[in-house]
Order: sequence, then structure tokens, then C-alpha cells
Amino acid sequence: MTTALQSHVVGRVDEVPVGEGRAFTVGDTSVAVFRLRDGSLRAVAASCPHAGGPIADGQSDARVVVCPLHLNAWRWDGTPTTGAAPLPVYAVREQDGDLVVEV
Amino acid sequence: MTVLENAVLGGRPAGLTTLAFDETDTRARVVVVGNGMAGARFVEEVLDRDGGEHFALTVFGDEPHGNYNRIMLSPVLAGEADEADIVLNSHDWYAERDVDLRAGVRVERIDTAAKVVHAADGTATPYDHLVLATGSHSFIPPMTGVRTADGSLLDGVVGFRTIDETRQMLAASRTHRKAVVMGGGLLGLEAARALQAQGMEVELVHAMGWLMNAQLDVEAGGVVRRSVEELGITVHTGAMATEVLSARVQGTDRVAGVLLKDGRRLDCDLLVVAAGVRPHTDVAVRSGIEVERAVLVDDHLATDVPDVYAIGECAQHRGTVYGLVAPAWEHATVLADRLTGTDPDAAYTGSRTATKLKVAGVDVAVMGVSTPERDSDEFLVISEPKRGVYLSVVVRDDLLIGATLVGDTRKVAFLTQAFDRGTPLPPERIRLLVDLSDGDAEVGVAEMPADSQVCNCNGVSKGAICGAVAEGCTSLPKVMDATRAGKGCGSCKGLVQKIIEWAADGELTVEESASWYVPGVPMPKSELIAAIRSEDLRSVSAVFERLAPGGADDAKSKMGLVSLLRMVWGSEYVDEPDAKFVNDRVHANIQRDGTFSVVPQMKGGVTTPAQLRKIADVAEKYEVPMVKVTGGQRIDLLGVRKEDLPKMWADLGMPSGYAYGKSMRTVKTCVGSDFCRFGLDDSTQLGIDLETRFQGVESPAKIKMAVVGCPRNCAEAYVKDVGVVAVGAGRWEVYVGGAAGASVRKGDLLATVTSTEEVMTLVGRFLQLYRENGNWLERTYDFVPRWGLDRVKETLLEDAEGICADLDAGIQRSIDAYTDPWAQDLATPSSPGQFRTSLPLTVLPQVPVR
Repeated sequence: MTTALQSHVVGRVDEVPVGEGRAFTVGDTSVAVFRLRDGSLRAVAASCPHAGGPIADGQSDARVVVCPLHLNAWRWDGTPTTGAAPLPVYAVREQDGDLVVEV
Repeated sequence: MTVLENAVLGGRPAGLTTLAFDETDTRARVVVVGNGMAGARFVEEVLDRDGGEHFALTVFGDEPHGNYNRIMLSPVLAGEADEADIVLNSHDWYAERDVDLRAGVRVERIDTAAKVVHAADGTATPYDHLVLATGSHSFIPPMTGVRTADGSLLDGVVGFRTIDETRQMLAASRTHRKAVVMGGGLLGLEAARALQAQGMEVELVHAMGWLMNAQLDVEAGGVVRRSVEELGITVHTGAMATEVLSARVQGTDRVAGVLLKDGRRLDCDLLVVAAGVRPHTDVAVRSGIEVERAVLVDDHLATDVPDVYAIGECAQHRGTVYGLVAPAWEHATVLADRLTGTDPDAAYTGSRTATKLKVAGVDVAVMGVSTPERDSDEFLVISEPKRGVYLSVVVRDDLLIGATLVGDTRKVAFLTQAFDRGTPLPPERIRLLVDLSDGDAEVGVAEMPADSQVCNCNGVSKGAICGAVAEGCTSLPKVMDATRAGKGCGSCKGLVQKIIEWAADGELTVEESASWYVPGVPMPKSELIAAIRSEDLRSVSAVFERLAPGGADDAKSKMGLVSLLRMVWGSEYVDEPDAKFVNDRVHANIQRDGTFSVVPQMKGGVTTPAQLRKIADVAEKYEVPMVKVTGGQRIDLLGVRKEDLPKMWADLGMPSGYAYGKSMRTVKTCVGSDFCRFGLDDSTQLGIDLETRFQGVESPAKIKMAVVGCPRNCAEAYVKDVGVVAVGAGRWEVYVGGAAGASVRKGDLLATVTSTEEVMTLVGRFLQLYRENGNWLERTYDFVPRWGLDRVKETLLEDAEGICADLDAGIQRSIDAYTDPWAQDLATPSSPGQFRTSLPLTVLPQVPVR
């Protein structure tokens, strides 16, 4: 399903602590935004394609995010490393302290 | 919305590889059509010969992926291998080597006069040398209804050839129940086994009289059939499918079953067609290159058109089209030798194919003919259908011309050798199949000649493996990297491992990483603890920065490091919320719908009416869907929304019961001497004291304890990590290493002591020994046998290693560092949004309130 992407301000960057993930919504889409230890941002679908697990509760590193329910992992491009279905990814950036996600 | 429904294997996050063609490049242009097992291998072989200096390489691949190991699709389908594991060369690999990979671009035709390749994306690519490595495609037998009006396959019908088809099957296995696999050859059997392993109900339909009829005779096929049926797969042989039935599901037609020629109907919602492959020859045909069953090539792999070559499954050489990887890779090597000038006289004269593989869980090896062809041929058969074993050899003029091994492939190394090289055969032919001397059954590796081939896919000899070991590769992964042995189908890995062990003479054969405490920091636990202390590393990020390769953090290592740092530093540990697993971040146990469970502390399983009243009020106030008495003698409130956690703690006013952590959980007790007629001592009070002293102490894995007042064991102390049993006259037995979970093990008696003080000291020492030496997630039931009960006793009871004082101090440090996490985070949240919902659009809990 591909429709034109639009930028949405979903919250403030400081709502996402360094190293952790927090969930936000854009219309009927929920997005998990992570701030990595190097300060960069990543956005992926908020629930895992395997069992609907809360991705924002997962642990991450520079390479992957790990779902807390069954420990499936995905690279930040959405490709799985554990054989699960791919995880949707979204573009995310900081703009004047705002979190901007393209959905 | 960008949804990666079709993730690119070995892709690059930034986008796929494209390199501009450089007009000033004077290198000869080599264009490879096909990025599969043969094409990619050819590129590797050219680069290995420093061909990059003389050749500009362009590779067209029909699939969008990098190059992946097609042989390994069955394990991926079965869930035994990860997609990432089968990537051979990623897009980055091509880019780094200056190879122009046009992935996802199909070649339409070749203008052999102008020497230009025309692709579907409209590009024209000139070449000096062209290599066709287009491989094969699944053959879809003509059946009514198998295709839709536009010629595409009916929804739910899939071949088994590519990663995309594998993904389709995996997806279907999650949402559908019944699969029919058409084709009882290798691929069909693999698909059937894998889908069955994924939980589908599988029926196998094979048109011929027995399974694997191309490789096996009827009897061996029968042995395979029996093994397949034992897996729970229904097999129909001699069954021809004539029609594919469909049904309308949510607006699209989807497969609903197949109709057999004899009128039977098999229902299914997934139809896998694995009825053979056909070489991809359309590009060659359109380009005027001579094609019979496949593209005709001579001993130089050259087609009838100058500077056009064909390798792999799309090539027909001396009348043979090969369907195995070994010949394809031989083609790639010979052609690379010739084109790069490394060996201008290299020639390919055909392959004697020997295969060893696992079919539906059965080891199978076949070479040459399967049955005698002349009256003078010797034919020896051992058939044990009950044991699933069938072995046969065919000998002609004292030479081995064929062998079939099903269910027992121990003799494959020797037979392959005899088949390939014509080595002399033992006069007692039975020795070809069984070792008659029962003394040293493993004739195996020591006696194998050095030139005997171990990896058939990559043609690696025992000598080459020994050479790699001599050069310092002393683990399986290192030898595999150095020699490519085991990197094809992988079935020889066991033998490779044995040869390494033999060649290294027992030295350093364990893969180093197996000893690491966590995967992201390459150190065993003791070394890691020493480094943490000497470098004064107090946070997880500091450990990664100083001790991990490249300073890279690793998500799957964080939890183990938190546990370790807490043990080493106690209250001086520097907490970082992101290093903790969600359970430890919110001090509750995550449930399947993303809600949490709340278990208040209830020391020794003893509670009060006031406490129960409070729990009841809280459960009602927050509409807790389930209130459950746990196996650990406390009360669990299940289905709590994350955002309600702090409010519930405040209302409860009770400390956390640590039901979520890799830590000391609970101490079960019986009523002991206060009320029980048989109780010998006050087990209840000792349990409460133990829980008070060791509450929340983190450890490599969870710790469950129990204290019982007599050997009737009502609180199950014999099967706990630490169990204490009153035996009368003030004496207590202390058991360690028990378990009653997935593993059941009675604990080992560590000591019988004469006071509760001694119990407390001994338990503390044992916990600290385990905390300092247990591997991450290693329960005490594995730790105690690993360390050895005698050594545990000598260390803790006789202080044989002189560490008891340190152990006592270590556990005391953690006891002193205890704070109730609920009270603490209620006062100050550990990070912003600590209790914010992570599933904002899901209505939680998803469980009905009971």
C-alpha cells in the first residue's frame, strides 16, 4: 500500500529519552520512535508484525531493535534478522525540537 | 506509507546499488546475466584472480536481492535458519568491489552482433565477454485452473525456488492450515517437511511410483516414504493432479484444493508446486544462441556465439544439464581460470555428481547409478526398512559405479573417494557399507586420505581443511571462512568439525564466542568482571565503549550486563534505563497483549486480611482482568495497563515481589512447626527471613527458594534453586541446583547445618558463587553440575579456594544496595514517559475481565 507521504509533528524530541523508544500516533497509524545512543532518530511500526508486540518497549542498538515479547529483531531498514515478517519503517527527523515523522 | 513488504536480502539501507558506467574505463567489460549460485560465484572467482584490475564487472539479477544461498531456503522455510544467515554477498559487497550489480533488472535480449545487452529497464550495456548464468525456474505442470485469466499463478499456488516464494509460504503457514505439496523429489520433500514444521497439515502428491525416483530405486524410496510418513505427512504416490480448485476469499480467488486423476479431491489452502525445474533459456533463444534442453556449451563453457558463455543450470554440456550446485561452481571456476588467463587451458569435462543431503530429516547420499545395468555388475544391498536404513552399492570391473545411502551415511567419505577416483575396493564388498570390526567403528577422519573430498559443494578436501588448521584456523567458522567447506548445503559440517578436532589434536577447537558472557563483548565472564573492575566501568554504555569491538552497543547483551554491573558495583552502579529490559524498566512482567502483571511481595507466602483487602480493592479499582494465586505463593494481578502501574503501587503500598526479574523471586514455605502436626522446625519464619535478606538480588537467571518444616516437602524445597529442609533437632539440610520447570531435577545436598544463621550464611555464599560464575541465563540446575557438586562443597564449606570472605562481602554489598523499585520510581520516575503506553491505538487489556 503506497500513498503519498506527509510530514507530521508527533511530539517533542525530548519525549524520547536517549537509548529508549516511545510510541506516537499519526491518524490511525502508530509509530515507535527511538533515539539511539548516538543521538540519531529511527521510526518503525509500533506493533510487531509477528504478534502485535509493543516495539517501543523493546531494546535497541545502532543496528537493530528487539521486540520484548519474543525477542524477534529487525535492522533499522525493517529487514528481520530472526525470520519474522519485515517491520515497516518511517522517515523521522528533528525540526526545532519537534519530532517529525513521514507517514 | 512505506511498508517493507518485500525486504531486500542483503540490501543497503540507503537504497540499492547503482554505479555509473565510467567511459574512461579501459578494462574489458564482463557482463554476467544471472546473480544466483553460478553467476555470483563466477564473479567471486574472477575477483579472487585479481580480475578486478582487468575487467569491469556488471551483474544482472532478476531478483532485487544480493546473492543468497538457494540451497538453504528449506531451512529458512522450516524456521531453522535465519534469512540473514543465507546471504552470501550483500549489495555492499558488490559496491565495495566495484561490481555494478543491477539487481531486480531482467535482461530481455542480447544483440550478439553489436555485443550489447538490452534490459527491461531500457538500458543497453555493451560487453566484451558475456556470461549466461540464468539458472532455472520452477516447472508448473499443465493443470486446469492453476493460472488466472492473466496467466499468473492462482493465489495460494507457489513454486519453491526463490526467497520471495519462501516468504510467501511462510506467510501462508501463519494464516492457513492445509498444504498440498506437488512433487516427491528433493525440493518437494523439503518443502513438505518445512511446512509441517511450521504447523501446517501437509499432504504430498507425487506423480511417480515412489519418492525421489530420480535418485533412488523403489526400495530406497520406500524407506524415505516411511520416514516422511512418520513425520505426520500424508504421501500419495502414483497420483497425478489434473485440476486446481479455487474458492473466492475476501474478493479474490484462492486455491481450495486439487483434483487427482483418479477422482480424489485433496483440500488445501496452499499448493506448493515442486515438480521439477526447467532451465531459463528464453534470453538465449531470443538472442539466437543455440539451445536444446539448455544452452549448449563446449568444454570451455563457450556457446556457439563468440564471447558468450553459459554456466550453471542453464548450460547443457556433453548432453547433461546439471541441477546441483557443485557442477555450477566448477563451471564458474573453469571459466574464471580461462577468462582471467590464470589457466588459459582450463577445461570442463563434466562432473561425476555425488550428493549428500538431508531429506525430510533423513540423511541421504547418492552417487552414480542406483541399480545394476549389466549381468556382470555386482550389486550389494542392505535394507532395514524398520530402522529407516537402505544401503546399496553397484560395482563394475572392481570399480564403484554407484552407491545409495539412506538413513546412515557414515561410509559416504570412503565411497565418494572410491567413486571419484576409482580407488581400490575391499575384496569383501560388505566392508563398503559397514564396518565389520566393531572395535574402532569410527574408521573416520584419521584414515581418510588427504585428497579425499569432504565438502562436495565446494570441492574441499580433507588436506585443505588440515592446511587451514595448520595456518591457525581452529574453529569451525574460521575453517569454513578460509576454505568454503560447509558453505554450500552444510551437510558436511559435522565431518569438517571432526577433521578440525583431529587436525588440531584437541587444541582450541571450541568456538571462542561460546565462552563469552554476552554476545556483544568478546570476553568470558571472569575476564569481563576483571576488566570492569580495573577500568572502573560502572554503566552499560561505558562497558560497550571500552570493551566491545568498535565500541558498538548490542541490544541483546544489555540485560546481561546490567545484571553483572549491579552485582559488581551494588549501589555504585550507574543506572541507564535503556540498558534494562522492559520488565526491569517498569518493574512488572510484560504479557502477550502488552499489558503487565503486578505481584506484590508476600514474604514466605504469608499474608494478612488487611493486605488481602487492599489487593482486592486495587484489583476492583483498576478493573484487573485476572487475579491469580501463583505457584510462588503470592497473588498476581494480570492485565494491567502500563500507565496504571505507578498508581497501583501507590494504592497497594506494598513492595515489589520481583516476579519479573532475573533475580531472587520468592521463598515458598510450609506452615512448619507453628501449626503442622508433623513440622519439625519453624520453616515459615526461616522462609520470611531468607526472602527479607535476599530480596531483589539479581543473578544470572531467576532464583526460586523454598523452606519446608519436614521431609514431606509440602513447599517443594527439593526442586528449588535453593531448598532448605528441617530434619529435626534444629538441623537443616540445604539443597542447591533443583528445578521443577521445563527441566526437573532434585537439588543436590550441599550441607546439613545446625542453625538458621548457618543456613543464611551458606545460602548467601552459594548465591554469590553462582552470581560470579554462572553464565548469563544459566540456571543453578546447570551451574551446579557444571561446576561440580564436590567443588561447590569444597569451595563453600572448606574454603578450599580461599574466597569465602569475598563471597560474603559480595552478597552483602548487593543486600545493602536493595531498594524497593516500586517505592523508588513512584518518588522519581527513572526516565520521561517511563509508564507511557507503547500501543497507543490498541485497547488494553485484550483479555475479558473474569
